[in-house]
Amino acid sequence: MSILEVRGLKKSFGKTNVLKGVDFSMEEGEVLSVIGSSGSGKTTMLRCINFLETADSGKIFLDGELLLDAADQKKISAAEMRKKQLNFGLVFQDFNLFPQYSVLENVTLAPRLLAREKPDFKTHRHELYEEIDKNAKAIIDSVGLTDKLNCYPCMLSGGQKQRVSIARALALKPRVLFFDEPTSALDPELTGEILKVIRSLAAEKITMIIVTHEIDFAESVSDKILFMADGVAIEQGTPEEVIRNPKNDRVRAFLQKLQDN
Amino acid sequence: MQFIESIRHLVGTIIEQFPIVFPALNEGFLQTLKLFVITLVGALPLGLIISFGSMAKFKPISLITRVLVWIVRGSPLMLQLMIIYYLPGLVGRNIWGGGEQGRFIAACIAFILNYACYFSEIYRGGIQGVPVGQQEAGQVLGMTKKQVFFKVTLLQMVKRIVPPMSNEIITLVKDTSLARIIALQEVIWAGSAFMKSSHGIQGQIWPLFFTGVYYLAFCGILTLLFGYIERKLSYFE
Ligand SMILES: Nc1ncnc2c1ncn2[C@@H]1O[C@H](COP(=O)(O)OP(=O)(O)OP(=O)(O)O)[C@@H](O)[C@H]1O
Ligand SMILES: [Mg+2]
Repeated sequence: MSILEVRGLKKSFGKTNVLKGVDFSMEEGEVLSVIGSSGSGKTTMLRCINFLETADSGKIFLDGELLLDAADQKKISAAEMRKKQLNFGLVFQDFNLFPQYSVLENVTLAPRLLAREKPDFKTHRHELYEEIDKNAKAIIDSVGLTDKLNCYPCMLSGGQKQRVSIARALALKPRVLFFDEPTSALDPELTGEILKVIRSLAAEKITMIIVTHEIDFAESVSDKILFMADGVAIEQGTPEEVIRNPKNDRVRAFLQKLQDN
Repeated sequence: MQFIESIRHLVGTIIEQFPIVFPALNEGFLQTLKLFVITLVGALPLGLIISFGSMAKFKPISLITRVLVWIVRGSPLMLQLMIIYYLPGLVGRNIWGGGEQGRFIAACIAFILNYACYFSEIYRGGIQGVPVGQQEAGQVLGMTKKQVFFKVTLLQMVKRIVPPMSNEIITLVKDTSLARIIALQEVIWAGSAFMKSSHGIQGQIWPLFFTGVYYLAFCGILTLLFGYIERKLSYFE
């Protein structure tokens, strides 16, 4: 059964139809890369699935069950939306770390706030926080930032910031982790460290959707590739199918242009 | 030689008159302080409300508040003081009465309104200066709107607000002297009273000059205080 399925996702801003009905699905533990030219709606799609935008229509299924029908989104309470939200994690292009918090605090803030809602919070506050800190430190260690635990974001390089933001998203154990061009705000020599982290997450079978312009990386790390053009997923399949043997002329033209550069 | 003689004479006069002048100036400065504190207590929250008004999605509200801010910031505080104090009497309703208390209330209203408008712009800059990405990051991490505000954006706003706010507050210290135009008996009024006659002293200008010391000392304390707050917030950017 698919862990995530998106059907007929549509979104327009005023008169511009940005998403014209996107369909795809993916299995647990898979990595799906989304490629396509600038303005094709990749970011908008990620934002809709993460509820940062309200889609005009479309359905999102999680584990085969309807998670959200976009038509209902406005009617659903904020508390309900938050619960749905927690199935997903999103790593932003420009990190969006919380500047006033240390690396560790960035990672523990949301889990600590969530712990407050547990029924045993009043009696077991200390244990809950300790557990959260322990988990956060393990995750921070896995992205190689143990020595920066108490640093503030302004003291970190771009690559380190992005690794913190990945750790921050992982700490909530999302079912699906989304990345929106996680390396495009970085200097070329720093992209490697992020791609390495993502690769290790793939090895741990973390389900991920990655919007990227790094075609070689997408090809090597992904189980599936989805090609977006003009708000539609015009081609999807294995990297072999989409990148090596594209059926659609626009995909071919896009890949050709990348090669020429 | 005559110059030194004059200085000696002036210093002698000051030493002799100081015990009389000092309490009178203190009393005036108390009034200055009262106006300052009440203005802050009123204008800090009112400014926040006005800033919300100017950012309101409902167009008529944001339009009205922006016009208000434009009028208040676009005209001299001295004029606003006079209008608020004299206009009611002009239309036959002298709500302020003739006494010091009425003048004080009128001055407070003018200052609160004026400073709330300046503060509202500072708040607006601080609130809008926090990137939306901060709020979005909080949202995708499952935080409630309230948690995002109190745990994520508030401190970043404060950090952005403190420097312009401290400038404005230090300006307020000195602006309180404008209340003299409606004869509020603040420190400059108390000082200049000695130029004519006050507390049995006639024709002395040095008490007026001496009021500068009060402003300098008070602004100095505020500068230190705001510097301390800014340093406290400098650990992040
Ligand atoms: N908030 C918005 N208001 C109006 N138009 C928007 C908004 N967000 C995106 N768009 C438009 O939607 C289209 C798709 O944008 P989107 O950011 O999803 O593209 P993208 O595929 O992520 O591009 P890129 O590769 O450059 O990141 C663009 O034409 C953009 O101008
Ligand atoms: Mg994009």
